Amino acid sequence: MRYYSYFPGCCMHEDSRAYDTSAQAVAKVLDTELIKLEDWNCCGSTPYTVVDELAAFCCCARNLALAEKRGLDLLAACSDCYLILARTNQHFKEYPEIRGKINEALATGGLEYNGNIKVRHILDVFANDISHDEISSKVKVDLGGLKVAPYYGCQVVRPTPSFDDPEYPQSLDRLTESLGAQVVPFPLKTRCCGGSLILSEEDIALGLIHKLLSNAASNGADCIIAVCPFCHLNLDAYQSTVNKKFKTNFSLPILFFTQLMGIAFGIDSKTLGLQENIVPPEKVLASYIKH
Amino acid sequence: MTTKIHGSNSFIQEISSMPGGEKINLCIQCGTCSASCPNANRMDYTPRELIAMARAGMREEVLSSNSMWLCLSCYMCTVRCPRGIVPTYIMHALEHLAMRHNVSTPRTRTPTLYRVFSDTVHNSGYIPRLGCMTHFYLKVNPFSAMKNMPVALALFRHGRMPIKPTRLKPEALGQFRAILGKAKALEAHHEIL
Repeated sequence: MRYYSYFPGCCMHEDSRAYDTSAQAVAKVLDTELIKLEDWNCCGSTPYTVVDELAAFCCCARNLALAEKRGLDLLAACSDCYLILARTNQHFKEYPEIRGKINEALATGGLEYNGNIKVRHILDVFANDISHDEISSKVKVDLGGLKVAPYYGCQVVRPTPSFDDPEYPQSLDRLTESLGAQVVPFPLKTRCCGGSLILSEEDIALGLIHKLLSNAASNGADCIIAVCPFCHLNLDAYQSTVNKKFKTNFSLPILFFTQLMGIAFGIDSKTLGLQENIVPPEKVLASYIKH
Repeated sequence: MTTKIHGSNSFIQEISSMPGGEKINLCIQCGTCSASCPNANRMDYTPRELIAMARAGMREEVLSSNSMWLCLSCYMCTVRCPRGIVPTYIMHALEHLAMRHNVSTPRTRTPTLYRVFSDTVHNSGYIPRLGCMTHFYLKVNPFSAMKNMPVALALFRHGRMPIKPTRLKPEALGQFRAILGKAKALEAHHEIL
């Protein structure tokens, strides 16, 4: 049995509950327990760092301090939470002045952080802590005919040091192969989806989403798998907006990679939250899904 | 980590005093950052130009540009910079300075979004999508919300936009606010100095 502290982050309670439930279900199959961090708060994301830097660091440090009490690595499923928490952790170690101020602020809430926690992404755990053999031994549904474009997005491989190559990562490709599905070439797999600008600069973000969908579709993908709630939201919920704007007719289901793992493991579609996907995945996945 | 500051104008000092900003003087103007940036073609000045201008002390021109507000924080420039600079952090530092000195360009709505987002985090320790979106559209242009209705409705229909947000327990929220209040006081003290 493997144990990790798990930082859900806000998206898991909002638009990406399917990511949360599928991750939990898949972890269970793999003898892995994700122990939710009690009383966690929002990571603050990039905007808070920009507006109020020290407060943003303290926002993350409170979560790190809570996790340190348990002593397990802190896992995030959202790439942004992962990057932001890891960034604070790195600054905490590199800048003594920031370390001092963070602990001065944490003391006001009766907390202290010593820098002993490692922040990790759930993809890192499923792809690197668990072996290919262990994953393929749990596969119950043959995904042999399914062509998958593994989409990493930007932030999951960007913190330094990264668990995979920052420009041409392979961990999600390998994991997809362990599940028995076919990986299609996807040259734009680490290009940004426009995540943070979808509300304030929609046209720019839609252009970036369009490029990704075109790239995956032209390589014959039946679906795209994502490792971040923002990537998923942009590619899934805004796909029809992209179709209108660029006069295209993409109908590419976007799955959280944990949903694909769950399908391969024979977990039922409700637990995996497939009904929450906006681009209907049934057509492509009909022969694989368990109801 | 300390890096000797060669350029010494006050603008460079300001940028260098922020974590990650201290390496700005290592830039050799190769332009790898600009070539790697998905949004460089939409910026008033590319990341490379922005760094050159900052080092030339062109404070107003830099801070009133739209460039840093189009940064996606995708860190591709950071991965590729041959000098180990983190241009993403420099962009964040410029956004911070523009905001602090109220010189943001009206041509982008990103500063408003950042402000709404930060206020929400600060007050509740959590980001409810519906609340945050509504607040943002009310501030920028309520009619532009109409354009996004189909997306919002699709999210609702699929159970992906809860009306009732998750809340921190009162004790946890109290602790969170106390910590952040102290952080703000420390930051204000630093800025006065």
